[in-house]
Amino acid sequence: MIIAEQKPIEEILEMLAPHKKILLAGCGACVTVCQAGGEKEVGVLASQIRVARQEAGNPIEIIETTLTRQCEPEFMDEAKDLMNDVEAVLSIACGIGVQLMAQTFYDKPAYPGLNTSFLGFPEEHGVFTERCAACGNCVLHLTGGICPIARCSKSLLNGPCGGSQDGKCEISKDVDCAWQLIYDRLKALGKLENLAEIIPPKKWITSRDGGPRKIVREDLRI
Amino acid sequence: MVSKNPKIVAFCCEESGMPAYEHAVSLGLDLPDGLKVVALPCGGKAETGYLMKALDEGADAVMVFACYEGNCKYVRGNIRAEKRVNYLRERLEKIGLSPEKIVFCPVAPASGQRFAELVQREVDTLLGA
Repeated sequence: MIIAEQKPIEEILEMLAPHKKILLAGCGACVTVCQAGGEKEVGVLASQIRVARQEAGNPIEIIETTLTRQCEPEFMDEAKDLMNDVEAVLSIACGIGVQLMAQTFYDKPAYPGLNTSFLGFPEEHGVFTERCAACGNCVLHLTGGICPIARCSKSLLNGPCGGSQDGKCEISKDVDCAWQLIYDRLKALGKLENLAEIIPPKKWITSRDGGPRKIVREDLRI
Repeated sequence: MVSKNPKIVAFCCEESGMPAYEHAVSLGLDLPDGLKVVALPCGGKAETGYLMKALDEGADAVMVFACYEGNCKYVRGNIRAEKRVNYLRERLEKIGLSPEKIVFCPVAPASGQRFAELVQREVDTLLGA
């Protein structure tokens, strides 16, 4: 899922400075699970903004809502009536949600309340780690189900590098060496011979290097 | 601006904070007029949303009364409450408010005296005494 974290409150207050009435919109999908932009976070952030603006002698009215999902046009209807009555929307969805808000409610500013961070999962309660770089050309079948693109600091396809020490990456003792994990996993699977194969240079055109990406499924189009 | 009779919302664990409050009342100890007590089944139910909402709706301060470490009936509710309080204290500081507007107060059930003292200390802090 998409992992995000709230922007510094100073930045949010600066964005909202010109406004007296806004919609604060959470999202019921990924950012609810990572507890950055769900219904609870909408409540806490709305209160914090109101208290800050009240203290500054410049009160703001905030309408609170949490859409089922902000990443699909169908769910934008949930905010339609609420948007009529506000000057702007502060979206605490991922960047996709903010952009869909901006596109749907074209005449009103849409501000991001979160920094969209990465694709990952909760390793334990309150700890989120990256697992996928959305590179568009998956190699997990070659690497024991451990992604060298997202989890190796150098995104090496044929690792490890000389910076691997005692199973840790040279960038930090808290970061596992992805290639050590790959070795351990392939060993457990009895597939260490995979390591003897050189993975050829990757075609990065399927990643960001090819520009904004698009998938068209003619079988699904109406 | 805090009035002479500040509004304080006390979120009280039913295992410690509430008995301590009731003990303070039964002893006839002075409690400020602006004190509003909210019973919670456990300190762990003191969610960040409730605490911030109280400030948002006009409370001058929020206090969370929960069990001492190691005494929580639900094992970690008090620890979670303290972490949430600390999280909100940081958020208050970032908007230029005193972190003392949200405090965590561990208490034992039969500590009415301590309950009253902690509330009075919070009043004094708010009034800058």
